Amino acid sequence: MPTTSDGRPGLTASQTVGPYLAIGLTWEHGEEAVDPGTPGAVTVSGTLYDGEGVPIPDGMVEIWQAHPDGRFHHPDDPRGVAEAPPGFRGFARAQTVDGGRWSVLTLVPGAVPGPDGTTQAPHLDLSVFARGLLDRVVTRVYFPEHAGVAGPGGHAEDRVLAAVPAHRRHTLVAQQVDGGYRFDIRLQGENETVFFDI
Amino acid sequence: MTTDHPAQAAPGPASGLVLPQYERPAGVHPPLDSPDYRSTGLRHPKEPLVLLPHLLTEVTGPVLGDGRVTKDDADLTQWDGGEALGQRIVVRGRVLDSDGRAVPDTLVEIWQANAGGRYRHLRDQWPAPLDPHFNGVGRVVSDSLGRYEFTTIKPGAYPWKNHHNAWRPAHIHFSLFGRAFTQRLVTQMYFEDDPLFFQDPIFNSIPDEKARQGLISRFDYEATQPEWALAFSWDIVLRGSGATYFETEDVDADDE
Repeated sequence: MPTTSDGRPGLTASQTVGPYLAIGLTWEHGEEAVDPGTPGAVTVSGTLYDGEGVPIPDGMVEIWQAHPDGRFHHPDDPRGVAEAPPGFRGFARAQTVDGGRWSVLTLVPGAVPGPDGTTQAPHLDLSVFARGLLDRVVTRVYFPEHAGVAGPGGHAEDRVLAAVPAHRRHTLVAQQVDGGYRFDIRLQGENETVFFDI
Repeated sequence: MTTDHPAQAAPGPASGLVLPQYERPAGVHPPLDSPDYRSTGLRHPKEPLVLLPHLLTEVTGPVLGDGRVTKDDADLTQWDGGEALGQRIVVRGRVLDSDGRAVPDTLVEIWQANAGGRYRHLRDQWPAPLDPHFNGVGRVVSDSLGRYEFTTIKPGAYPWKNHHNAWRPAHIHFSLFGRAFTQRLVTQMYFEDDPLFFQDPIFNSIPDEKARQGLISRFDYEATQPEWALAFSWDIVLRGSGATYFETEDVDADDE
C-alpha cells in the first residue's frame, strides 16, 4: 500500500466497472429503495445517453437519499440516527440493460438541512457507472413540484442548485410522468447533465 | 476554472450541524477523458464539474450486507456442484480510510473472469472456454478491523478490441461502499509482475505512478494455505475525513 509524503495511506484509485458489471453487481430487488406496494412509492426512471445521443445498454445507476421526513439512518447525521419507514432503504441500483433505460422505486425524500441555516430541496444523489467511465459520475435528482416553492424546501433556497449555472439547472430536475418521474442522463453533448465534483 | 464554488462548503454553526468533510482526491483517479481508452470518447462529460459540498446526503450512506451476503459468497471456487479449474488463491486485505482508520462492516463485492480469461456474460464471446463450476462473483462484509478475505481462482488475461492486439492484465473487479456516499469506490485489483501493464490504457489511465502501484496486490507467502492455496494481499484505501472537520467554515466564504 503506497503512502503519501506525510505518511498517510494513499487513496486507492478508481477504475471502470467494465462491460460485465452485471456479473458482480446484480441484486435481487436491487432496483427497490422501497418495497413495492408501500404507500407513496414512485418510480424514477430514465435513459442513459452517450455523447451522440445513443442509449448506453451496459451502465448502472445508483441512488442514495433521505427518508420522506428528511432524516437518515446513519450515525453521521448530527440530528441522530433515524429509523427508516417500513420497507424503506434509501438506496437502489439499476442496470441500463433495457436499451439504456433504468428505473428505481422509491419514496420522495424530504427537505434536508443545508449550509448556514438554509434548507436543501428534496433530492436524490445519483451515481452513474459504465464501461468507458474510469470513475463514477455523480449528479442530483430534484423534483418538479418543489421548483416553485418559496423558502425552505424550494429550489430557490437550495445552495447546491444555486451553484449550478442557471441555464443548466433544468438537467437536474426530473419530469413528472405517470407513476412517478423521468430523469434522463446525458453524459456528454447537448443538454449534458450537470455532474458534480464530489 | 473547473469548479463553481458555492458560498460555503458545509453547514455552519448557524444550522447547528457540523459534518465530516471528506478528502478531495487530486491526481489519484483517472481523468474521465482518457483517449487511449477509446470508450471514454463519447462517455466523458465535457462541461466542468460543479463542486458539491459534503452535506448530509453526501456524508451518509447505505448500510448494506445483512441479507445480501452469505458465508458461501466468500468462496468462488465451488459452483453448481463442482470445483472451478485454475490456480486456487486467497485474496485478502483491509479496507481503510486515508486517515489510517479501519472501515468495518462494509460490503465488498467482486467479479472476475475465469482461469482462461472468460467472463460468464452473454457479451463475452471470445474463444476461451467457460468453466461450468465458476461463476465469478463474490461478496463479503469487512470485519470489525476492516479485514476482508476471498478464496477464488487466479483470473486469466483476455483480449479486447481497444487497440491492435490489446490484452487486459489479469484483474479482479472490486466495488466498495464505505460509510458515506463520498467514499463509494469501484476499482480493479491487479497482480504483481504482470507483463501486460505496459499496453493497458485502463491501468495506465491513472496519472500517478504510486497510485497505479496501489492497485497491484502482493504475493503473500504468510497467507498461503499449505497444500491448498496461494495468497495475495491488497489493502483498499477510501477517502478519509480526518482533521478537516472545521476547515471549511471560513474557506470559500466570499468566493462568489
